[in-house]
Amino acid sequence: MLPHSKIKIQNSMTPPLQSSKRSLVMNASTSRLRRLGGLLGQGFLFSVTSLSTLTVFFIFYFIAKDAFPFFKLEGFREFFTSTRWYPSGDPAEFGTMAIFFGTGIVTLGAVAVSVPLGVSAAVCLSDVLPFNARQIVKPVIEILAAIPSVAYGFFALVVFAPLLQNHGGAVLAAGACLMMAPLLVLLVVVASDLIADRCFDLMRRKARWVAGLVLGAAAFTLMTYIGRQLGAIEIASGANALNVSIILGIMALPTVVSVSEDALQAAGRDLREGSYALGATRAETILKTVIPASLSGILAAVILGVMRAIGETMVVWMASGNAARIPGPWYNVLEPVRTLTATIAGDMGEADHVTGSSRFHVLFAMAFCLLAFSFVMNLVSEGIVRRSRKKLGK
Amino acid sequence: MKKAVLSTILMAVVALTVVAEETIVLDGSTTVGPIAKAFAEYFMAMHSDVNVTVSESGSGNGAKSLINGTCDVANMSRPMKSSEFSAAAEKGIQPVAHVVALDGLPILVHPGNPVSELTLEQVRDIYLGNISNWKQVGGPDKKIVVISRDTNSGTYETFEKMVMAKKKICEKAEYVGSNGAIRQRVQSTPAAIGYAGLGFVDKTVKALKINGVYPSGATVQTGEYPIARPLFMYTNGYPKLGSPVHRFVTIHLSEDGQEIVEEIGFVPVTAY
Repeated sequence: MLPHSKIKIQNSMTPPLQSSKRSLVMNASTSRLRRLGGLLGQGFLFSVTSLSTLTVFFIFYFIAKDAFPFFKLEGFREFFTSTRWYPSGDPAEFGTMAIFFGTGIVTLGAVAVSVPLGVSAAVCLSDVLPFNARQIVKPVIEILAAIPSVAYGFFALVVFAPLLQNHGGAVLAAGACLMMAPLLVLLVVVASDLIADRCFDLMRRKARWVAGLVLGAAAFTLMTYIGRQLGAIEIASGANALNVSIILGIMALPTVVSVSEDALQAAGRDLREGSYALGATRAETILKTVIPASLSGILAAVILGVMRAIGETMVVWMASGNAARIPGPWYNVLEPVRTLTATIAGDMGEADHVTGSSRFHVLFAMAFCLLAFSFVMNLVSEGIVRRSRKKLGK
Repeated sequence: MKKAVLSTILMAVVALTVVAEETIVLDGSTTVGPIAKAFAEYFMAMHSDVNVTVSESGSGNGAKSLINGTCDVANMSRPMKSSEFSAAAEKGIQPVAHVVALDGLPILVHPGNPVSELTLEQVRDIYLGNISNWKQVGGPDKKIVVISRDTNSGTYETFEKMVMAKKKICEKAEYVGSNGAIRQRVQSTPAAIGYAGLGFVDKTVKALKINGVYPSGATVQTGEYPIARPLFMYTNGYPKLGSPVHRFVTIHLSEDGQEIVEEIGFVPVTAY
């Protein structure tokens, strides 16, 4: 098989070799033609690029154009300070504070889920797991990004919400353990490493084992205690902020893992070897050298994760409950909330110039706030990445 | 040669447009949608030269499409508002209503809920937040999970008008985007209460008696069940007699039309 294919390659290689037999100096007309072609290609690429840039400006312009009439009609006060959202009422009320709050708490929840999991997964992928395992695990995590959001929403509504209602406490306990376990394991390993370092050479191995066992037992007790506390909670409605936060956290996970893993990799082999050469352990290298060196990249990953969560519409519209109010105690994530994106998507149909223009423009006012926020976030993350590149001298 | 190919293509295009000469475009309510789709199927089986398309985008969008002239028939689960009428008048459109069926709005609870009867006032108090626990209406000690259709739907507007008496639904109410989603949430949430079209009641949810009357075709038709509404198809002016649109919007008056309406779970306006 092998020699046969070799012959084939040789055969296919021969014609180009023969045809490249031409003079090295181009004649004038060919040169002009080529230059023209190059210019044309450049122009085409430039216009395509500027088109996508212009699109951003146009989006800003058209959303602002429909957003400002709302403030002209209703003023700023009610929009930002009231929590009463009755766009179809008579008289209509357009207080969006509860909706901003809903977006905020859902995003925070998503960050609380995706950042600890994502960053520890990234550290594990880049510095702990062997290369072969990493080659398998990373693509699997990235598959999460390929699942359409409506599928996530369907899962949240049909599977996860009833699960929360029927076995709320157990799910909460299991979830908390799942989230704490990697953190605690990392903490235990690092701490026992640090403790072992303070011992004599001969005892080091033993000390590491003992410290690991003791700390592991302590961590396990803590986890079971928290699990039991959470297990007693009953959830009335599964369509709530927690449900959506978890699903959004999972959706943001591939972004966080992928970007922060890249940042950790970018810290470079020389930095790590330098650290080892100075006598640092693996834990010290990870905690004191690699993570600080790639901190800005990790921060950029977190911001990208935030933007993934804040802009998601389908999942929150299907599974957040869409109740426009600030929950009992504000941190109660077991109550339904309403987000900006879900409100825009859900209320657009009935809102038109025909049925009262404030109701139409208020959605654009919300969209404008959302757009401005994500634009600022994007700028910040861009700035952070640029600064970190400069710091690392790249 | 090129010319010949071109002209053949042109002829083919013309021929195609001639075959599907007439089209009827319907847009609007997700509640009326199933009726419109069943009618469209029935209609196209009889008139193969007419093409009927049905989109479901909500009553408000249906009205919008009719006013903007992008559809021939607007399906609506609520009557047109005066603001929509005036917008239509401005564009020279004269909406004419055809009541194609009646629909009740059953109040739905989880099948495991022992409560089987409420008064209209109790339902209103639940949606106002004055009643917040099932034990206040003779049920188990569970916080009521109030679920409503989104403000975008005709179902919501009917409920608001017929049950809420112009008062605002409490802030803790959850909103979902379709009748199917209401049923899904209610059948999976033991403490939930919701409302949906009569066609959406099945074994997985329990419809409550309101003021002692169980929602059914008979009680809706006689007007005994208090939360019932007509379902509309709006056209621009009364369609020309004998035209495809005219034949379409009068299907519900035929015996076949009545059967179709009954089959999907709505209440027909005729009684053959």
